[in-house]
Amino acid sequence: MHIVDGALSSPVVIGGTLLAVGGIALGLRKLPMEKIPAAGVLSATFFVASLVHVPIGPSSVHLIMNGLAGLVLGWAAFPALFVGLLLQAVFFGFGGLTVLGVNTLNIALPAVIVHFVCRAGVRSVSPMAAAIWGGIGGGLAIALTTGAVAIALALSGEEFLPAAKLVFFAHIPVMAIEALLTAAAVYLARRVKPELFGVLDAPGGMS
Amino acid sequence: MGHVLTGSEKTLGASAVSTAAGFMGAIDPRLRIVAAAAFAVVVVACNWMPVLILGLAVSVGVMLAMQLPVGRTLKRMAAMDSFIIFMLVLLPFTMPGEPVFTLWGLEASWEGLFKAIAIALKANAVILMLMVLVGTMEPVTLGHALHALRVPAALVHLLLFTIRYIEVLHAEYSRLRMAMKARGFRPTSSMHTYRSFGYLVGMMLVRALERSERILDAMKCRGFTGTIPLLAKFELTGRDAAFAVAMGGVIVMLAAMELAHVLV
Repeated sequence: MHIVDGALSSPVVIGGTLLAVGGIALGLRKLPMEKIPAAGVLSATFFVASLVHVPIGPSSVHLIMNGLAGLVLGWAAFPALFVGLLLQAVFFGFGGLTVLGVNTLNIALPAVIVHFVCRAGVRSVSPMAAAIWGGIGGGLAIALTTGAVAIALALSGEEFLPAAKLVFFAHIPVMAIEALLTAAAVYLARRVKPELFGVLDAPGGMS
Repeated sequence: MGHVLTGSEKTLGASAVSTAAGFMGAIDPRLRIVAAAAFAVVVVACNWMPVLILGLAVSVGVMLAMQLPVGRTLKRMAAMDSFIIFMLVLLPFTMPGEPVFTLWGLEASWEGLFKAIAIALKANAVILMLMVLVGTMEPVTLGHALHALRVPAALVHLLLFTIRYIEVLHAEYSRLRMAMKARGFRPTSSMHTYRSFGYLVGMMLVRALERSERILDAMKCRGFTGTIPLLAKFELTGRDAAFAVAMGGVIVMLAAMELAHVLV
C-alpha cells in the first residue's frame, strides 16, 4: 500500500507528515538503547516478510503484516515500519519521498491501534484464543490501512473517491489472508516463545 | 516487492542499483540526501506540464551521469503498486471536465487525463532522483549521513540495525523455505498454505528475537554502555560545491519556470 509522490494534496501530505513525526517520536521514547537491537531485528523481519509473496487465486499478494508488527512492537511499530518504508523507497523505488510520512501513518497507526485492541487477547491463557485475537488483529490492521489510504486519497480530491472505494473492496481478500497468517503466526509464537508479545513493554525485560 | 530481487542479488546494499561510478559517485552523501529532498518538494509542488517533463529529464540526466544500468533502474522507477496504476487509469473518467473521448459510455475528461499524467511524471521524477542520488550509497553510509543531518541517534541506530539484519534474516527465510520445499511444500491458494506461511513468519519472529538477545549479550560483553559511536566524518570538497551549485541551479530554475507560468 504505497502511495506515490504527487498524488496527494499539500495539506494531506503536511498533516500526515506531522502526525507520523509525532508517532515516530513517541515510539522512540518507548525504545531505550537496550531495546534497539530487538526492535532493529524485528524491523528487519517485517521487511523480509514484505518480500514474501503468497498465492491468492491466480494472482499473488505480498505480505504487510502490520497487525503482527503492532502486536509485537507497540508504539515502536512507528519508527520500525518507517525505517522499512524508507529503505523500500530509497533502494527499491517503492512508494515515494514526500509521501513517506503519510505512508508511515497509514501502515503504523493501524498497527498501534491493533496493539491496544488485541493486546490482552493475544496474551490469554489458551494459545487458540490468542490465535483468534491475532487473526482479528491481522485482518483489522489491513482494513484500517486500506481505509486510511482511501481517506488520504478522498481528502486530496473528489475525483479519487471512486478509486478509493474500489481499493477498499479489492483488498477484502487480502484482509482475510493476513488474518489467517497472523493467527497462525501468533499460535506458533505462543507455543514456542510466549514472551514475544511484550518484549518491548516491560522495562529491561530482555531475557 | 519480491519481484525486484533476482536470485543472486543481495537484499540490500549493492542490490538496488550497483554502487555509482563516475563523477557523481564521490559526492558528499549529506549533499545527495538534501538535493534529492529539495528536488522532491519542488517537483511535487509544480503543476505546469513542461516543468514536470523537464524534472523527469533532469532525473534521467543524473542517472546517466551516475553511469547506472539504465534498463534495470528505469524498470524499478516505473514499478508502482497496482492500486496506484488503477487509480491513474480511472482518473480521466472520475474527474469532471471537457470530454476527450468516450469508452463504453463513460466520458474521459482532459482535466483528468492531464492530472493522471502529471502524477505519473512527478512520481517517477522524484523516485528516480531518490534512487539515483541516495539509493546508490552504501546503506550504512545512509545512516551516518542522516545522523550528520541531525536525525535522532535512536532512529539512526534502529536504521543501522535493520540494514545489518535484513540480509541475515533473508538468508534465514531462504533456509526455512528450502526446508519446506524439501518436505514437498508447494504454495497454492489453500488453508494449508496460509497456515504454513503463518508458521513461517511466526518462526522467523521467534528466531529473530532469540538472535537479538544474543546480539545484546555480545554487545554488553564488549563493553556496550548504551551509546554507539558513529564515526563517519564527512568533508565538503570543490567537487561537492560544483554539484551543489548545479543541482541548486536546476531546482531554482524549475521553481522559477512554474512561478512564471502561474503569475503570467
